[in-house]
Order: sequence, then C-alpha cells, then structure tokens
Amino acid sequence: MHLAQINIARLVAPISSAELADFVALLEPINDLADAAPGFVWRLKESDTDPRAVYQHDFGDDLLINMSVWRTREDLWNFVYRSRHLAVLQRRREWFTRMAELYSVMWWVPEDRLPTAAEGVQRLELLRRDGPGPQAFTFKDFHEP
Amino acid sequence: MNDDLGAVATLHDPVRRTLYEYVAGQGRPVGRNEAAEHTGISRTLAAFHLDKLVDAGLLDTGFARLSAAPAGPGGGRPAKVYSRARTPRKVTLPERDHSDLATLLAAVVHDLDADDRAVAAARASGERLHSPGGWLDTLRARGYEPYEEDRRVRLRNCPFHPVAEDQPLLVCAMNLALCQGIAGPDATAELDPRPGECCVALSKTNQD
Repeated sequence: MHLAQINIARLVAPISSAELADFVALLEPINDLADAAPGFVWRLKESDTDPRAVYQHDFGDDLLINMSVWRTREDLWNFVYRSRHLAVLQRRREWFTRMAELYSVMWWVPEDRLPTAAEGVQRLELLRRDGPGPQAFTFKDFHEP
Repeated sequence: MNDDLGAVATLHDPVRRTLYEYVAGQGRPVGRNEAAEHTGISRTLAAFHLDKLVDAGLLDTGFARLSAAPAGPGGGRPAKVYSRARTPRKVTLPERDHSDLATLLAAVVHDLDADDRAVAAARASGERLHSPGGWLDTLRARGYEPYEEDRRVRLRNCPFHPVAEDQPLLVCAMNLALCQGIAGPDATAELDPRPGECCVALSKTNQD
C-alpha cells in the first residue's frame, strides 16, 4: 500500500495577486524537491508543462489543493518537516488564512491506483466528521494499513 | 526495559566515556580499529568496552565494509560497526520530567495560533544566552552537538526532540529563533532540516 495525503489551504488573496507572488515563485523549486524526495510516488498536477499552474477544481477559487502519494509515513514526514519545505511551511500565514477545521488527511491506497481530488476531499470530510480512523487519519493519530 | 541509571552508570569508566563520545560525535557507524586509534587503546580493549556500551543500550551495532579491502580470504568481510543508540537516557533524582507538560503546552499554543508569541519568547531567551564570540560553545553546552560541514555549522542533535516531533511547526520555529538569539551578530541561523538532525544550520558572519 502507498500513503496518500491531501491538504487544502484557503488563500488570503487570488493566486495571481502580488500577495501570493512569493508563494507562486516557490512552487517550482518545492515541487522539484518533492519529486526528487526519497519515497515520493506521485502528486496531483494541473499541467505537465507549467510547474507554476495550481490544480483547478470546483471546490472554490480560494482553495488550494495539494495531493500526493508516498511510500511510507517516514518519507512523507521527512519531506514535509525535514527538508527545505519546512521553511516554506513556516511562512504559511503570509499566504493562507488560518483554518478552524482540519485541513490535512492521509489514507492508504493500493499501489496500482492513484487517488482523485474528489476522493481526497471525501477523506477529509470523513476525518472531520468521525475523527481519525483507518480510513482517514493524521500524523498524530496514524493508522498502519 | 528501562534502565537509564544503569546505562548512564556504564559511562563512569573514563575509557568507555571517551569511546562513547567519539562514536556519538561521528554521526556515522564507526569500526573497532578506528575507535581504538582515536582513543589510544588496543583494538581488543576497545572492542570489549564498545560491546559493554552495546549491552547497556547506549550504542547500536551493525556490519559494514569499511574500506576497499584487498580481495582474498577475509579481505572483503564486513566488520562490526558501532553507532549511537537513538533512545535518550535521562537520570533525574528526584524525578522531574517536563516533556509531557511541554508537549501539552506546545499543542495549546499552536491551537491558539500563538506561535508568534512563543517564537518571540524563544528569541528573547536566546538573546539572553548570547555572549560575543561564544555562540558555538553555547550551542555545544546546550546539547546541539555542532559540527562543521561545507563551511557551515550543522547541529547533529535536536535537544527538543520529542516535543519537536509532536509539534514541528511550532518547536522548529521557536528553535530557529532561539538559535538566532544565541548567535546574535556572530552567525546567521537558518532553517535547513535533515532527517535525524536539528532543523537549524548556521553560517559565521564576517568570515575572512
């Protein structure tokens, strides 16, 4: 099994605005870092040619969706918190509003199948409704497959 | 099996303590020959004490090919190597343990979105610890285990683990501010995390 993860963020301003310019400029290096990270399997992409294109969806223009698949918890953890990604994450308040609700969830997917954004949003709703469990969990309340 | 006192008592022997500090300071598996050479004792004696440290749970062992050994009988055989065990050991008499409390408080601060306040407090605390030219000694004394790499100082140990594992965003931001305070104008601290190490790396300012 592979570990899928989705996180959603609410932008403080439109993605094309000056407020988000630093963030947009960091998309390419950080995505490159993810792609080269140990244990990286796949991530949701809007475009194969434009690394700055963020994923387009019907959940609201101010919502940014990130979804990726990793081999293990440790691989994902090391990318999120133990790489240069951490410094970008520490600037989150410049670009995203604080969310009262949980904004990130993980679940296990078979190795021959990639998750869809709709599936990810469902998992997040499951986590919000029922709390962490085998179908939807977090780093803190992790569930092995 | 939790015998922290027994483990720490193993270090009472000065030879063992030197061996332990040498292995811990390398950040990679160390063979018996190397450990013996660096402590000025025989290979047999080094092996004896290294294995005592393994029995006490302070070192882990593995096997590795250490060098491009010549081909032939025994030439390419993997050698026994030693590295520091990850389990922290602590002896406090009488018992005092702040880590559970720290983890709870860190979660509350983060949930309150008061990270900035905590970071400012950490920075002020670091500034109080600053002594001109003394940042490296201060970091060493506080258990960061600094080492040099590519003209920068990296920190092998995170003194705030496991609270940092529980609240990485808050604790790593606080730790960066603390290190920036300790370094003052002498060095620049930035986030450059790596698996298994502290999240901060420093560059000396005014290097010539």
